[in-house]
Amino acid sequence: MTTQPPLLDIDELLHDRSVSTIVCCGSGGVGKTTTAAAIAIRAAEQGRTVAVLTIDPAKRLAQALGLAHLDNEPAPVEAIDDSAGGSLDAMMLDMKRTFDELVLRHSAPDKAQQILENPFYQAVSSSFAGTQEYMAMERLGQLHAEQAGDDARWDLIVVDTPPSRSALDFLDAPKRLGSFLDGKFIRLLMSPAKAGGRAYLKVMSVGVNTMTAVMSKVLGGQLLRDAQTFVAALDSMFGGFRERADQTYALLSDAATAFVVVATPERDALREASFFAGRLASERMPLAGLVVNRVEHTHVPSLREGRAEAAADEADELDTRAGSGWQPADTAALLRLHSERAAQAGRQEAAIGRFTAAHPTIPQVVVAASAQDVNDVEQLRDIGAQLAD
Amino acid sequence: MTSGDWDGVRLHVVTGKGGTGKTTVAAALAMALATDGKRVLLVEVEGRQGISGVFDVPRLGDDEVQVATGPGGGQVVGLAVDPKAALLEYLQMFYKLGMAGGMLERFGVIDFATTVAPGLRDVLLIGKVYEAVRRRPSRRGTRSDKLYDAVVLDAPPTGRVGQFLGVNHAMSGLAKMGPVKNQADSITAMLQSSQTVVHLVTLLEEMPVQETVEAAAELRGLSLPLGAVIVNQEVTPPVGERTLELLAADDFDTEPLATDLTSLGLRVGPRMVRGLTQTGVDLTQRLALQDRERAALAELDLPTYHLPLVPGGMDGGGLLELTATLTKQLTEGAGV
Repeated sequence: MTTQPPLLDIDELLHDRSVSTIVCCGSGGVGKTTTAAAIAIRAAEQGRTVAVLTIDPAKRLAQALGLAHLDNEPAPVEAIDDSAGGSLDAMMLDMKRTFDELVLRHSAPDKAQQILENPFYQAVSSSFAGTQEYMAMERLGQLHAEQAGDDARWDLIVVDTPPSRSALDFLDAPKRLGSFLDGKFIRLLMSPAKAGGRAYLKVMSVGVNTMTAVMSKVLGGQLLRDAQTFVAALDSMFGGFRERADQTYALLSDAATAFVVVATPERDALREASFFAGRLASERMPLAGLVVNRVEHTHVPSLREGRAEAAADEADELDTRAGSGWQPADTAALLRLHSERAAQAGRQEAAIGRFTAAHPTIPQVVVAASAQDVNDVEQLRDIGAQLAD
Repeated sequence: MTSGDWDGVRLHVVTGKGGTGKTTVAAALAMALATDGKRVLLVEVEGRQGISGVFDVPRLGDDEVQVATGPGGGQVVGLAVDPKAALLEYLQMFYKLGMAGGMLERFGVIDFATTVAPGLRDVLLIGKVYEAVRRRPSRRGTRSDKLYDAVVLDAPPTGRVGQFLGVNHAMSGLAKMGPVKNQADSITAMLQSSQTVVHLVTLLEEMPVQETVEAAAELRGLSLPLGAVIVNQEVTPPVGERTLELLAADDFDTEPLATDLTSLGLRVGPRMVRGLTQTGVDLTQRLALQDRERAALAELDLPTYHLPLVPGGMDGGGLLELTATLTKQLTEGAGV
């Protein structure tokens, strides 16, 4: 027996004006960006003023949204139908620039320049594992700040999340950066700069000196000095960083936020979605539902896989027709093709069924696999319509 | 190995967009290389325990342990490199730190060094691979059970692989001289030599192919030798071109199809005939899309291997099937 999960209707979410942020998350390659874009377009065409923040869109999808290049600044999407009074602004996350702005905001001008030029900063801002997740959170915080007030630019923000291996990375990034900056060694590198009179430092100083000597020897003095400058500079902004990250985290657990978990109908992606759903529940973050993307269906549901296969074998035995037209062999081929699709659909259904069994109350909606890649607004509209089916 | 393409190659780096199955392909390649009593080391560097998953063996640690027997009695040995362990080992090897090593760990230096300086982390990770590739019987202290005919590296995905393999470039900003810089230089020399090839795993889909093309350009720019494009999860449809052409014709007559279906004892209605026809038309579209991606890959002008979609996944002999396919193609030489 299979239980039917409740149906996720995206329109219900979009009509609820108290929801001002929708976060699309899921593991890499499941179609988060496409889903975010489809939701944003549907919302805008229903009259909401929407901003969509995409992380790393496919070229053609970016073009469909009119995003020619990486740009932190929202640009209006012209291709949407604004007859209901809505609008859509789209942007792509520029990780480095977001980080630079964060530095500029939280430190004195001379110090900011020092940080921006530091090689450690340059390495961290462009490649530290988790920087992208953290900066996506930061940018969301910024957009949300712009959203507040009477002359708000948008009444709905739709965000895509970075293509990390795990959907959980997005939630954990601020904490990870925080714990990194709180690390013992960071404190230690800082210690000569801070008043060295603390008792514990006296006790440790022999160890510290040995260690600094070792580091110097291994990494070279210049590298160590750069690291010290970097850490000292970061430390001055750290309060601001943490406060900001905490605010964004609080924003995510607000009732004004809705999470949409995206998965493909495969075991791994659904297992990841399942982890994420559990995590959201334990953090008391509001999960709107699961979007299962690229679901295969057959055009003849009544014809079962095994029956089609058997019929194909029988068709091989039928007499050929005269002429060069349609032959029983062609019929057999079509039946085999159908049988393959049916088998595939069956496997996907079983994978979704496992998710449903674990989370019977989480609403679900299915988006059909398309024979074509999504690369224009019309196709995104079609996906939006399926989300409200 | 039987393919002439890769004579003298000791390090096979495997990358691909996330979701293309690069770990599975790396495993199949390691198995295919481990024929005729050869010993192959399969290394992962991202802490994902992917090797343990593919071979269905317990989690891997710092030790090199055998994970499978290759066709004809070869061995595949697995290793999951952890940057912290690699740094400590490296420090121990070159500096004889003794107690100081433990102290570094206690103070969080190791954490710091392996997280904040991404270039350094990569030097450490590839450093371990470099060490394994360079092992020779003649070297003092090398145990024969740690010698390998080839090393297969399950590398980070295409989006990060240039940065990962371009350690020298990444380090130049951070360490301008000193032992780490020297190590980075030696690693780069090995990666750029004819001992190394970088393989790109892709699916016949837009995003993976786009990333493959971008990665190929980036790697070429870094003077890293490219190996093969490996198209994974390829599906051979049971319907031939002839059938699809008949279906696509404007004046396609469904009558013979309906007649066949009736004589097969199926309950034939317009829905079934239309549905089956549409199934064929969908396939035509899908194939056209794949052809477009295939053409984009062909422009890379690299030897191309093809691995089939294994419906049941890696459970139940999927890996062996991929290994056999790859071995056959390696023997016969790559197609396009």
